[in-house]
Amino acid sequence: MMDFWAISIEIAITVLLLLTLLVDLMLPKESDRRPVAFITVIGLVSVFVFSLGQYHLSPSETFYLGLFIADNYSLFFKQLFILGMIFVVLFSLEYTHKFIRYRGEFYSLLLSALLGMCVMASANDFITLFVGLELMTISFYILVGFRMDKAESSEAAVKYLLVGSGSTAVMLYGVSLIYGATGSLDFVTICRNIHLFYAAGLAGVVLIMAGFFFKLSAIPFHMWAPDVYEGAPTPITALLAMSSKAAGLAVFMRVLYVAFPILGTYWMTLLAVISALSMIGGNIMAMKQKDVKRMMAYSSIAQAGYMMAAMASADYAGIKAVMFYATLYLFANVGAFAVLSVVEEERGGTTHGHLTGLSEASPMLAAVMTISLVSMAGVPPTAGFAGKIYIFTAAVDYGYVWLAFVGFIMSMMSIYYYLLVVRAMYRDLEQKETECARSIAPPFSVRITALLSAAATLVVGVWPDFLAKATNFASQTFMR
Amino acid sequence: MMSFIEFMQLATHVGLHHFLLFSAILFAIGLFGLLTKKGLIPLLMCVELMLNAVNINLVAFNHYMPVPDYTGQLMAIFSVAVAASEIAVGVALAFRIYRDRGTVNVDELEKLKG
Repeated sequence: MMDFWAISIEIAITVLLLLTLLVDLMLPKESDRRPVAFITVIGLVSVFVFSLGQYHLSPSETFYLGLFIADNYSLFFKQLFILGMIFVVLFSLEYTHKFIRYRGEFYSLLLSALLGMCVMASANDFITLFVGLELMTISFYILVGFRMDKAESSEAAVKYLLVGSGSTAVMLYGVSLIYGATGSLDFVTICRNIHLFYAAGLAGVVLIMAGFFFKLSAIPFHMWAPDVYEGAPTPITALLAMSSKAAGLAVFMRVLYVAFPILGTYWMTLLAVISALSMIGGNIMAMKQKDVKRMMAYSSIAQAGYMMAAMASADYAGIKAVMFYATLYLFANVGAFAVLSVVEEERGGTTHGHLTGLSEASPMLAAVMTISLVSMAGVPPTAGFAGKIYIFTAAVDYGYVWLAFVGFIMSMMSIYYYLLVVRAMYRDLEQKETECARSIAPPFSVRITALLSAAATLVVGVWPDFLAKATNFASQTFMR
Repeated sequence: MMSFIEFMQLATHVGLHHFLLFSAILFAIGLFGLLTKKGLIPLLMCVELMLNAVNINLVAFNHYMPVPDYTGQLMAIFSVAVAASEIAVGVALAFRIYRDRGTVNVDELEKLKG
């Protein structure tokens, strides 16, 4: 049965996408394309408010023979993506104005990437998964190369495209083997099929997981991430770090928990090992980075490792921990990248040197950056602490004590490189007379987003009750 | 000991295994090229080889399914369409790279390092 209510969010985003394209065409040539940005933000806020009413206790609705499912789990992730996109569009208003040449298309492509993420979160079949994944990734290939004035941008885009399409091919090969073994591409049908234990089925599962590890840039599949994160425009780096990664995790979790639960003993171990490698490698390699965007790439590898540690527990507690952590990671990233985009705009770069003396130039930005980084490191009273508690509790409860141990040690070590940035902002003031003396007055939209994200980080850290209840509800009703 | 005729019959009768072997070889060639080639256009061709290996797999599995359905062919059509758009973006980026640096050799892309 065709139930269009189930895909109402996607329809709304598609309409918004077409609207931005249309408005972009109608605006005069010399316009600065601000109206397009405002339409995007207003439209996304209304979609967000509208989607709040879609949480339900009744069985979830599906669309087109179960290809697409609109359950509370996918709804939560969709709201996360929409929220992230609103924040990114808001804080990048000035950045876009200064560095991006084709701004109208920029907003349309952001919306198409968002549409892809939403489709991925709801995918209940490998066809839907594939279409959503590619819609998101192809939009990101273009967005990464969107800075016409910088040769690094196109270089990053080419690297992303080659690695991304190669990993898509690997994943698809796995999907074709699964299809051969089980005769279906539907998650629910696959999970009942005993042929998964044949060589073709096992090889298929491993190839699909390898494809996902590439997309999540887990070690040892991470080589592309630092280059792409550094070369991409800063708002796009923020999206790659939070939304794209969360979308990948959302669908990865659904594939593992719904399609391959009977192979649990195989993939849980694999996931735990890759997660430990990502936590160790990501945190150690982040230490020697001078460029903060590049450091955030390695830090995001480590964060993906934490979230995969929770996934390895293969239980509702794990789902809940991942959802909780993805939310607070989004807030922390929005704060950090809002500051970084202003710094890049004003001082022309994002290395430690460019951040020197930020506490003098703009105390507000320095404070927001500090709160965000401390939250990523997991220090109380920020939200990162609560999130790591949930993750490591889930891991310990289901037998991965060693994994939780690795995670503890690595998150302690991560404080070092996060605080290096804080030190640059607050302590290294001797070069104050040179180029860093000029004070920075961030525009209003940046101020709003930065303050909101910092406030959210602190509120969730002190009072995690509400978010915990929401994620609990969404994870308990997973697959119902 | 099988006769020559029997051997020829076995060798020329095309079954599922032949398709799978063919697509696996195609995929391996593509992957090898992706890891060794230098030019951007040959790299895109290698990606295309890998994706087409997947299509052959899907269609062959679909053909030899005991129960008739069209899921595999459907997926192959989606995959063809997506591969085309991926290559379109790739070629556009190749133009961009050529304009920025005057070469499409990916080994010379080394501005981002660290």
